[in-house]
Amino acid sequence: MKVPRISPVFVLLVFFAFPALVHATRIGDVTDLDWSEQTFRFLSLRDAAVRNAVLGSVFMGVSCGLFGGYVVARRLALFGDTLSHAVLPGVALGFLWSRTKDPVAIFVGATVAGLLGTVVVAWIRKTTRVKEDSALGLVLSGFYAVGICILTVIQEMEFGNQSGIDKFLFGQAAALSSADVSLMGAVAIGTLMMVTLFNKELLVTSFDEGFARSVGIPVEFMRYVLLVGLTFAVVTSLQAVGVVLVSALLITPAATAYLLTDRMGTLLLLSALFGVAGGLLGSYGSFLGNNLPTGPFMVLACTSFFVVAFFCGPKHGLISKWLRRRNRVRQVSFENTMKAAYQVLEAGDFSKESVTVGALAARRRTSVAEARREADDLVKAGFASMLGSDDDGPRYSQDARLSLTPAGWERACQIVRNHRLWELYLTNEARYAADHVHEDAEKIEHVLGEKVVRHLERILKDPRRDPHGSVIPSLEDIERGAGLSTNPASATGYFRQN
Amino acid sequence: MREEFFPTFDYGSVFVDPWWSGFESTFQVVLMGFFVCLACGVIGNFVVARRLALVGDAISHSLLPGIAIAFVFTSSRSLPAMLIGAAVAGVLTTVLIELIHRKSRVKPDAAIGIVFTTLFAVGVVIISIWLDNVHLDADCVLYGEIGLVPLRESFILGGANLGPLPIATMGAVALLDILLVIVFYRVLLVTSFDAGLARSLGMPVNTTHYGLMIALALTIVAAFEAVGVVLVVAMLIFPAVTAGFFFERLPALLFGVAPLSLAYSLGGFHLAKWLDCSIAGAMVVTAGALFVVAWFFGPKGGLVYRSRALGFLFTASKQKISPQIVG
Repeated sequence: MKVPRISPVFVLLVFFAFPALVHATRIGDVTDLDWSEQTFRFLSLRDAAVRNAVLGSVFMGVSCGLFGGYVVARRLALFGDTLSHAVLPGVALGFLWSRTKDPVAIFVGATVAGLLGTVVVAWIRKTTRVKEDSALGLVLSGFYAVGICILTVIQEMEFGNQSGIDKFLFGQAAALSSADVSLMGAVAIGTLMMVTLFNKELLVTSFDEGFARSVGIPVEFMRYVLLVGLTFAVVTSLQAVGVVLVSALLITPAATAYLLTDRMGTLLLLSALFGVAGGLLGSYGSFLGNNLPTGPFMVLACTSFFVVAFFCGPKHGLISKWLRRRNRVRQVSFENTMKAAYQVLEAGDFSKESVTVGALAARRRTSVAEARREADDLVKAGFASMLGSDDDGPRYSQDARLSLTPAGWERACQIVRNHRLWELYLTNEARYAADHVHEDAEKIEHVLGEKVVRHLERILKDPRRDPHGSVIPSLEDIERGAGLSTNPASATGYFRQN
Repeated sequence: MREEFFPTFDYGSVFVDPWWSGFESTFQVVLMGFFVCLACGVIGNFVVARRLALVGDAISHSLLPGIAIAFVFTSSRSLPAMLIGAAVAGVLTTVLIELIHRKSRVKPDAAIGIVFTTLFAVGVVIISIWLDNVHLDADCVLYGEIGLVPLRESFILGGANLGPLPIATMGAVALLDILLVIVFYRVLLVTSFDAGLARSLGMPVNTTHYGLMIALALTIVAAFEAVGVVLVVAMLIFPAVTAGFFFERLPALLFGVAPLSLAYSLGGFHLAKWLDCSIAGAMVVTAGALFVVAWFFGPKGGLVYRSRALGFLFTASKQKISPQIVG
């Protein structure tokens, strides 16, 4: 094969965008296949090989996805990796014993090897000072080396060449036989049954072993159930994804689901879905590339889901978190401006209905331009309006006048009330000195909810004045202000009587 | 075509012939194996002490795309290109793992699992699309091709032929690792076993960590084509853990790496000669066997020494049961 004379980075980018185009660049060795034709072949499920690959991917996605949920919840990710490497000698011995790619022999051999590997890890941990990570590493590489030795011997043997045993390293979904697929189906159904049957027990032991023991759940037994089931899932998935990458099918879909939900049931469902989708996309990708190994494509498909969830997940996604944080910052800035407007009005004994931008700037200790910008933001958000024909005048005039709308007035009163109530609470109930409470109240005024405020008012016996002697706006004031449409500040006649 | 799994054992063909008739290539393979084990074992002691064994595994997997891209660009096995590629991939691995587990609620173990499998998958895809059958075989990524080392081009320095290039490189890397450990011994020792103390003494804990990671990546890259990405992990962990059953102090553990490396290399070579299997795999199987021996019979915490049934053989003189206590 000739190395393509195209910039590899470009080809790589194109490859990830359109796998089919790269297929065209290798046209030298594959001439008779068109990618649309391949897609059609894949989607129409005409070939038995494609049918097996699709069914196998679905079953694999279900069993690995479901177990993956528990693997991620129990922080067994690296244990899963060890398990998947440790089954290799069993695969090779099963093959050697049956002398064909007999799914049952390989299944038995791999399961025995996987369980032996876990037992050895536990035994090393119990009898020596070797740390857990080293114990896992020892078993992972030691068992794997035995497997590699046996595999390289098998490849020298007569039956080894046509066997496709090397497909177990990186996976080849197209090489699945119908016997393989039925075995995978059995394990997938068994997994589903196990998860529904032991739903509660598995959930509790995964998150709180002590509690599980105290309510009489057989914790050790559940651990073995999970371990054996996990081994089954890994072993049957080997041929589709390969020894080295099967741990990704356990970890990545479940981690993706973990970014999207907080409920274990939903997590398992999503995880299985992502597993199935990743498996299907992966086998499609390798099918387009004409018998490329399946495993890496499945892993890349699963990772792309993870990347999308990582950035765009509604609750824990980076972008959503960033948007939420930005909104909060904006909200706090609005509220601070409105509070400043309220305080300016209060300083004038509520005789005026509007505040000048200059007074606002003095109160906020910012420049006039900055105060003007904040005022404009408030106007845009509907919390205030600019009075007069300011638009004709100079842009940064400090005499421009700002008046709060009813909604703005209500929020301003609430913020001031929260601030002063909290100051009073700290001095009266928490025994803070009166000159130490302001900073704290500055922070909490933006997050106190109505329920907490009612409670504070009850504790403090409906106070009228804060520790510094300022009047605390009451519920009636706020409502009265909000009820008046044109001139909220006139409602504050109430304060002057106090 | 062979029929049986275990060929009849013939002392002459397994132990004598390789040295008698093909001394040069035998010597080169064994030397390469020795250098690989030596370099990995020295670094591995610190990896094990810092509980980074599985991080080493993750790094060795995720260097693959860097190496593969370097191959694609240079169309050759030029070591500097591979090193640059691997360094980029190594940094990317660390950054991605940190990013995932800092910026989301995914736990660190899952973050490691996601990153290394993804990067490894990218590497395998690159290899199987552009490099398969040209420069390196995807399967060889997994178990290396140490047997082909004698066939590689020679490294000639000042007119003197210093043997095949990979051996010279691996030897240089092993020497560099040993020198680094000697020079920075104190810092490595303290930061590995008590990071808090190291910090209070004003030692550069983070710098040491990253320095060690760079040395680890360098060693893995140099050893990569001989033993592959998975078995290199064995070379990191086995010497330190096995020596731990005989010695307790770090200098002794470090000196223990040399004889163990020789044993792995020689034992693996002859085992592979007998079974006709992967030499790197056989080296790790030897390492595993020696580990099991040490696990059972090692004087420091070996099973036999700890067992009640057999303990009297070794500890009878120390633990004479005094009649007063029994009575």
